[in-house]
Amino acid sequence: MIPTTRTRISLRVIALTYIIVLLLVPIGVILWRTFADGIGGFIDQITTPAAISALQLSLLIVAIVVPLNVVFGVATALALVRGRFRGRGVIQAIVDLPFAVSPIVVGVSLILLWGANGWFGGLEDIGIKVIFAVPGMVLATIFVTLPFVVREVEPVLYEIGEEQEQAAATLGASSWQTFWRITLPAIRWGLTYGIVLTIARSLGEFGAVIMVSSNFPGESQTLTLLVHARYIDDHNTYGAYAASTLLMGIAVIALLFMTLLDRKRKTT
Amino acid sequence: MSASVRPPDLSKDPAQAPAGAAPAGASPRPGAATGSAVGPQKKRLRRGVGPLGLGLATLWLSLIVLLPLAAIAVKSMDNGFGGFWDAITTRNALAALRVTVTVSLIVAVINVVLGTLVAWVLVRDEFPGKKFFNALIDLPFALPTIVASIVLLSLYGPRSPIDIQLNATQPALVIALAFVTLPFVVRAVQPVLIELDRDAEQAAASLGAGNFTIFRKIILPPLLPAVLSGAGLAFGRAIGEYGSVVLIGGNIPRETQVAAQYIQEQIETDRPVNAAAVSVTLLLISFLVLLALRLISSRAAKREASAP
Repeated sequence: MIPTTRTRISLRVIALTYIIVLLLVPIGVILWRTFADGIGGFIDQITTPAAISALQLSLLIVAIVVPLNVVFGVATALALVRGRFRGRGVIQAIVDLPFAVSPIVVGVSLILLWGANGWFGGLEDIGIKVIFAVPGMVLATIFVTLPFVVREVEPVLYEIGEEQEQAAATLGASSWQTFWRITLPAIRWGLTYGIVLTIARSLGEFGAVIMVSSNFPGESQTLTLLVHARYIDDHNTYGAYAASTLLMGIAVIALLFMTLLDRKRKTT
Repeated sequence: MSASVRPPDLSKDPAQAPAGAAPAGASPRPGAATGSAVGPQKKRLRRGVGPLGLGLATLWLSLIVLLPLAAIAVKSMDNGFGGFWDAITTRNALAALRVTVTVSLIVAVINVVLGTLVAWVLVRDEFPGKKFFNALIDLPFALPTIVASIVLLSLYGPRSPIDIQLNATQPALVIALAFVTLPFVVRAVQPVLIELDRDAEQAAASLGAGNFTIFRKIILPPLLPAVLSGAGLAFGRAIGEYGSVVLIGGNIPRETQVAAQYIQEQIETDRPVNAAAVSVTLLLISFLVLLALRLISSRAAKREASAP
């Protein structure tokens, strides 16, 4: 297609206007409202006790979710790529399932499984509270982030093939040695990319987490729940803008990491 | 989320393999890239993954994903199929499902048109700031959905600086869902457009075909599977969406209440069977849509392959 300059420019204008109106203008408005009166108000709002506790809870969830996703995600990817067994297609489909499930449905299904009246409701009788407590929020976050590590590591495993692993095994390396010396170094950038996606989504998850949280300020609110509660319950619109700006900052940092890693994956 | 749209990049430079690998391209790798299904299997020195790894993976997936979904499916049938049917055909449940599907379809169509256009501009056009706009496309994936909601509310809400108030209307739902689904079609179409052979376009042009004909006959057919799969992902995301509509949608039953909000309301009013039934319906809808799209795109791919 060799469009005339006029066609090209009009298409460009339509595309850029769409992006600007849909994304840039609303984000600009919120940044302007957050920082219009200087940075002081922003700092105040993100250092209230409720905000600090929300940040700590969000980070705690990340600290639990990431290692679990790394261990089980790499194991699943290895099984899918290197394993020879029936039903691989089924496992592939299950790994992608969380992308197709609404966050609210995730929350409901966890309540029906782990809640007081659920299949595993007996846990609550022996004093292990899952739903409306941190374990439930962790389970919800793992559910929605489960595909990331698997899906980032899998193509790298395909690509590197098995020769080196087999060579190492021939030379007498144990499975562990082969994994640590050969496999892990080869998948490191894919794995890191998966981790960045996991962290970003863990910090940003809202629907699944709000369903299984008791949502008490200063106790069981994550950053996203704080934004919601400030806007809806406290009518603290400015506080909600400030907390959103903090989350936006985290998202932009995650994007920068992703761009850098993308380059790294392509050049190393 | 971007993992879902970025096709696995299997065609990278073989030089990427760490030092000590076989010379690039010198050794074919039977079974490595094609999987286990084809060809005579190479005699293996050592099983890469023992039964332990497979068991671990299965256990993990079952505990995290399958058991919760099984619990919801069983719950939806607590009162038999009649109870399931009653739960999804109450006035408010039907209305919520209808609003959700209608709005998601509109959003999918917007994405097909404007997403393809944005992808075309980002691939074929050159202008200052192109890299910035390209990076911006991923922002909706990185941004928490609740932030998307509040960001849009600050522009279209009660204190709108441009005096457009859309909160608690259906157009607000469309905007919110268009915001969070922007990357799907764009990111699906971009790589295909980059790979597209431009000789055919030039040949057609030199034979006197107009731009519209070239687009319809030469560019669109190979692009169609990517466009459709992007649209399917966007639709699937839109029907389940909650966070981005929760503040700007208004949650008015039979008007702007989407299925996810209806499900939440049923849980809060202690009607878990209703919540489970509508959840299962949502899952079925997205499953059917993905299936239909897969059929369409495989047919398109076949036609493409059989074309001279």
